Parts: sequence; C-alpha cells; structure tokens
Amino acid sequence: MSLIRMSSPHVYKANSTANVMRLVTLAMLPGVLAMTVFFGWGTLIQIVWASLLALGFEAAMLKLRKRPLGFYLGDFSAVVTAALIAVSLPPLAPWWLTGVGVFVAIVIAKHLYGGLGQNPFNPAMVAYALLLISFPVEMTRWNAPFVLIDGASVASFMDTLGAIFGSVEPAFYDQFTGATPLDELRHRGGLTTEEVWRQSAVLAEGIGAWHAVSAAWLMGGIFLLYRKVITWHAPIAMLATLALLSSMFFGYDPDNYADPLFHMTTGATMLAAFFIITDPVSSATSNRGRLVFGAGIGLLVFIIRTWGNYPDGFAFAVLLMNLAAPFIDLYTQPRSYGHTRANKGRGGNA
Amino acid sequence: MSVDYRKISLDGLWHNNPALVQLLGLCPLLAVTASVVNAMGLGLASTLVLVSSNLTVSLFRKLVPETVRLPIFVMIIASFVTAIELLMQALTYELYLILGIFIPLIVTNCAIMGRADAFAVKNPVRASVVDGLMMGLGFSIVLILLGGMRELLGTGALFANMHLLFGEAARNWQVVIFSDYKGFLFAILPPGAFVGLGLMIALKNVIDMRLEEKQKAAPKTDEPPPSKRVRVTG
Repeated sequence: MSLIRMSSPHVYKANSTANVMRLVTLAMLPGVLAMTVFFGWGTLIQIVWASLLALGFEAAMLKLRKRPLGFYLGDFSAVVTAALIAVSLPPLAPWWLTGVGVFVAIVIAKHLYGGLGQNPFNPAMVAYALLLISFPVEMTRWNAPFVLIDGASVASFMDTLGAIFGSVEPAFYDQFTGATPLDELRHRGGLTTEEVWRQSAVLAEGIGAWHAVSAAWLMGGIFLLYRKVITWHAPIAMLATLALLSSMFFGYDPDNYADPLFHMTTGATMLAAFFIITDPVSSATSNRGRLVFGAGIGLLVFIIRTWGNYPDGFAFAVLLMNLAAPFIDLYTQPRSYGHTRANKGRGGNA
Repeated sequence: MSVDYRKISLDGLWHNNPALVQLLGLCPLLAVTASVVNAMGLGLASTLVLVSSNLTVSLFRKLVPETVRLPIFVMIIASFVTAIELLMQALTYELYLILGIFIPLIVTNCAIMGRADAFAVKNPVRASVVDGLMMGLGFSIVLILLGGMRELLGTGALFANMHLLFGEAARNWQVVIFSDYKGFLFAILPPGAFVGLGLMIALKNVIDMRLEEKQKAAPKTDEPPPSKRVRVTG
C-alpha cells in the first residue's frame, strides 16, 4: 500500500483577492435583484454608474501612485465598494450624489490611506457617512416600494434614468418618494409603536418589501459563509446583540420600542451583517476579536437607531468600531502554537 | 553679523512655513477657515501679534533670564493678544463675534511662542520683526487658501461677508462661482479642513520634490544649512 506523502499545508488552490471579490459580487445578486423588483431600475443604474466611476477613479489614483494598473483593476475590489455604495443610496439618488460618494470612497478613504489592505476605515461607509452629513435631504429620499403604488404608475427604465441623470426633478418624484420604515417609526410624534403601524402605509403594507430585500441579503450572506469567504463571528455577534437589546427594550415597553424582527429586517441590518462588517481589512482580525467587533456594532446601531438623529446607524457604528479594531486585536490575540499563554494586551512583539 | 533677510523670508513663507511644515497653530487653522473672511481676520490678528511679540522679545532679549523666559514670553504675547482683541472689538465687532474664542486663543498658538523662543530671543530687532512678519504672512496665506477652498466647495461662492473686514463698500464682493449649488457641508465642517490641509501639505511636498530633482540635475552650488526647526507641543 502506498500513501502519498505530503506535508502541510494541504491547500490546493490559492484564494486570490480577485476570486474573493468575485464571490462577494455574486453573493450580492439576490439582494440587488430584490431591490430592483421592489424599488425599480434605480438600483441597477446606480450600480453600473458607481462601478464605472470607481474603476475610473481607481485607475487615475493608481496612475498617480505609479502602481501597476492591470493588477489592481483586475481585483474587483473597486467594483465591490461601488456596489455597496450603490445599494446603500436611495435608488433615485441624483448622479452627482453617487459620484461624490464613489470619489470619497476610492480616492480619499482608500488610496490616500495607501490603497487596498491599508485603509483603516471601510471606504463604502466613509462615503455613506459623509454623504449623509452633507446631503441629508437627498440621502433620506427613498422611493416607496412598488407594492404601495398601483402598476400603472411604476416608473419605466427611461423615467428612472431621467430621474437620476436629469437636472430637473421629474413630476412623479413627490408621489413616489417617502420615508423608510425606520424613519417612519422615528418621526412619529406622540404615537405609540402600535398606532404607527396601523396608520402608516409604509409600515403596514410596504414592510413586506423590506422583509423580502433583507431575506435576499441573508441568502447572499449564507452563500458567503458556505464558500468560507467570511466567518460567522462578526455577523452573528452583531445580529445577536441587536436582537437581544431590542427584545429587552421591546419586552420592557412595547409602546415605545420597535420589536426585534423590525430591527432585523429593516434598514441595512442584513446587508451590513454579511457584506459590510465582514470587510477583512478594516474589521478585527482574530475570531474572538470579530465577536467583540460585531457585538460593538450591534450595540452602537441600537443606540443610534433608538436615541440618535439619523435614520440608520450602520455607517457611524461601523466607522467607530473600525477605529476600535486595532485595540480589539491587541486584546484578543489568540495563543500561538508552542506558547503556553496568549500574548494578549502586550504590543510590540512583532 | 550680517542677517540674511532673503533666507528669513523664504523660511517663513515656504521652507519652514508654520502651517505646512511646522504644523503649528493647527487648532485655529482648522477651526476658523470655513470662509475667506474668517481666515483673513485670524491671519491678520495672528500676524500682528507675531510681529509685535517678536519685536518686544528681541528688544528685551538680553535682560530676560534664561530660566524664566517662557513665562515672560507668554505674558508679552498675552498683552498683545488682549490689545488686538480690544482693537477688533472696536473696529470689526461682527468678525470678532464670529471668530469668538479663537482670538484670545492666539496666546496659545505655538507658532508665536515658537518664533519667540527659536528666533527673536537670539536675533537683533530688525531680523526678528522681518521673521515675525514672514512667518505671519506664511501662516495667513495658508489660512486664506484653505478658507477659499472650503468656502468654494462648501457654498459654491467666494468672498462672502467681506464687509465684516473691509467696511460697507465690500458688501457685494461676493463672487458666485457655481449658481444653483446645493452646498457641501463636509467642506465647512472640521473634517473638511483636515482633508484640505492634508492635500495642501501633500502638494507642497510634491513641489519640493520636483525642485530637488531639478537641483540635483543642475550642478551643485553651496547649499545653505538646513533651518533648525523648533517644535513646541500644543
């Protein structure tokens, strides 16, 4: 009997950056599809427009920094960043809003910090936070999901293109745009949670669309987990923290706080859980570190959503935890093989 | 002892610029440069303080004991800042209100203390005054450029409210570059100032690198010794 003798590592194929990024793009398909079904052509147009810009800015910056163009453009990372920005913006956002966002993400948040792998902050979230602070009106004008609008008035592809790239706001804009469920629940005056649910069309009927979009992002996330592109630690820690906190507050006072399911399925929860907080560059490195990182984001998101002024807290929560990631890494260093104790909290052993 | 005024001027304006090289006085630099008029007001006030404090410190340089020189400098600077503050209250009251705490805070501007301790205390009066003037101008130019950049990006116009500094005749100096501009709040907020200053420093370094390359290509002449930089924290 002959055994093939091979020493470790038994890896048969290197997992290149380009490969990982392609898988992430693939995993975004269900979510993008769901958004297109419920919110119209806007999402697709935004993704194409953002990707073109991102590749352009990336090429310009690589040239300025005298880096090999083909190698870095081929790794798809700019496209993933662009797509993440595109799906976080309102589908009918004007073209310049997306442009500013992509410029900030690629030029400032990525290349000025040293390019792929060197950025301390998640570029897509830097762009989102900057846009939300600078252009609050445009950033909160989501169009209502199609289930709320009778079939006849659904915007055609050309109408949507005109809305995004035209200089004049189309007539259908007003009847078409509205608050997101998170917004609706926040700006409710003195109503209790239950009354808001009964009165608001976005909540009563439109919530189905948001559920479906969230489920689609979850599907993509499970695909990424299955292909081992991401680990479960950060997403599960974030979702568990958010669920736990919202159940506690909902159980304590259901009139004033939203239920856990609402927190799980509205806003950017599912998109962020699997596509944003799992960014390998700007999050914590070790598995235990990722648990802390995810839990911190869950906590911050709950605080910002419940008591803050902004419609959704993911961009700010992710950026704050990005700042904390090196510190988390320092205190969650795993024990390395051959050592009796972990080298926790003792820097400078590199 | 001959004084090289050309070198003093070039140091203040470019090679040892307080804002771009020494990175001193960042607090007012980042906080008040949201518009050209604010930047001009603060630049003018800082330059006046810098020239007067350099003059006074240089005058008394042989009388001041080394061990207590810093408290004495602080008192000299503080007196001039108080005088400037009163002057601004009298002449440009609205601008004084806008700049607020950053006028009294000129006392803590490390560029001023740094010049007193690094230059004025060791040099004759005339050289110290020129040094103060050039450092102040270098600081002001950066302030005004940054202010212009942020005002243009933030509001789409330039030179708004210039009457605060130049009287009623300047009320309509405002130049609208982009009409129907939505406003870009990020540029007005402090993070915009950080990014803007970072870009300006990068640009200066690029220009310096180009100049150095050119110099290397040309035959070498006698090079002046590198200026001694004094860094005061804060």
